[in-house]
Amino acid sequence: MREREVPQEGNSSHTGHRKALYAVAEDGKLRLVPSRGWEVEEIVTRQAVEEIEQRAREARGRALAGSASPLEYHMHRARMDVELLAQAAGLWRWRVRRHFRADVFARLPRALLQRYADALGITVEALSRVE
Amino acid sequence: MAAAFVHSHASHCESGVMSSMLRHHGLPLSEAMAFGLGAALCFAYLPCIRVNGLPLVSYRMPPRAIIKGLHRSLDLGMRFETFSSPQAGMQRLDALLDAGQLVGCQTSVFWLPYFPPDLRFHFNAHNLLVYGREGDDYLVSDPVGEEPVRCARADLQRARFAKGVLAPKGLLYYPTRVPARADWARLGRAAIGRTARIMLYTPLPLVGVRGMRMLARRVERLALGDGGKAARLYIGNIVRMQEEIGTGGGGFRFLYASFLQELAAAAAYAPLETLAARLVEIGDHWREFALAGARMIRNRDPLDPPALAQRLRALAAEEKGFFHDLHAAQRAWP
Repeated sequence: MREREVPQEGNSSHTGHRKALYAVAEDGKLRLVPSRGWEVEEIVTRQAVEEIEQRAREARGRALAGSASPLEYHMHRARMDVELLAQAAGLWRWRVRRHFRADVFARLPRALLQRYADALGITVEALSRVE
Repeated sequence: MAAAFVHSHASHCESGVMSSMLRHHGLPLSEAMAFGLGAALCFAYLPCIRVNGLPLVSYRMPPRAIIKGLHRSLDLGMRFETFSSPQAGMQRLDALLDAGQLVGCQTSVFWLPYFPPDLRFHFNAHNLLVYGREGDDYLVSDPVGEEPVRCARADLQRARFAKGVLAPKGLLYYPTRVPARADWARLGRAAIGRTARIMLYTPLPLVGVRGMRMLARRVERLALGDGGKAARLYIGNIVRMQEEIGTGGGGFRFLYASFLQELAAAAAYAPLETLAARLVEIGDHWREFALAGARMIRNRDPLDPPALAQRLRALAAEEKGFFHDLHAAQRAWP
């Protein structure tokens, strides 16, 4: 990649940050060139983010319909999966999955809700709600 | 110390942290040299490690390889400290900062508030430098940022003690003895040999040039049953690991080429210069692969996994030839 070919396409997922690329300058030497972004990166980043957002939307629908607990929605919103949430909250995976059931979740003690809230970086009140 | 520390922008967090840290202690070392001397270039396709259901594809050695590689070859007397409690970990960081130490930290990316939201994933092997503290704010030099930033205590604590794959456990590190100069030719020669051997002769077929071919076989067989959604996510994941995750472009190939070029000058060994130019071309071909993949993801080109597999095979062949010649040049080094 030549220095003048370094893409400066203003990637929206970089929100103004410039990332460092290495490119060949006029004198034939490689050097660090800040880049405003490349469309290719934006496509793959947005793809990954949109996939997670879609899962969160589906979980939100289930929570609003009462067929699942808000926990699943908040897990996706924090970009976690069951494995990571279980590790962060210090629980078995099957317990986390069980807590996705609305009836089970409704009976959880405050202490356990607090553990989930801490793991997700939100308050217990926010955890029990779906906005 | 806050005044004396100079932040510099880097493409990769670990090589950036090590280069800034050693430069601060008086050893002039660029990011590219840190990356190359740490023998960090690699390729690995690890189907057993899944992140959000997708296999890990990596273009470099595992986290901490650069720190440990430089620690070994430069005899830095690195100290590594992990903590079972976040409070103890934060207290130790404060004590080190008060003693004027520049401290490297392993963190999660997700909990760092200054990162762009779209790039905040649960990736736990990020590295940054803390060079001071003002009240409840830490002065952070994150090498992938253009400028130093501030990070609140609670956020830094979360990021240092995130759970999951490669959990940092509050890891702190700093050198205890940094040499003022080093024999770049000797170190470079050894590091190049290591990288060439890993790329060509790792017995595991998932690593090096054979890993690329293995990945090509997997890509070729991607099922298109669900309208191609899963296949697109699979391809997107490969491209993301190659371009988005602080690689300096082309899956670290340009960064390594920069190392070869710098070493050619520092050690006065011209064959490396030509090899650097060849690796730049290979990096360009990786970028073309990324572009082709992205176009298929967005339906600008029809989804055609075998065509991408073909590109991967061509890249594997190119890299095989390249590392062969690099290895030969390394052995012929007087």
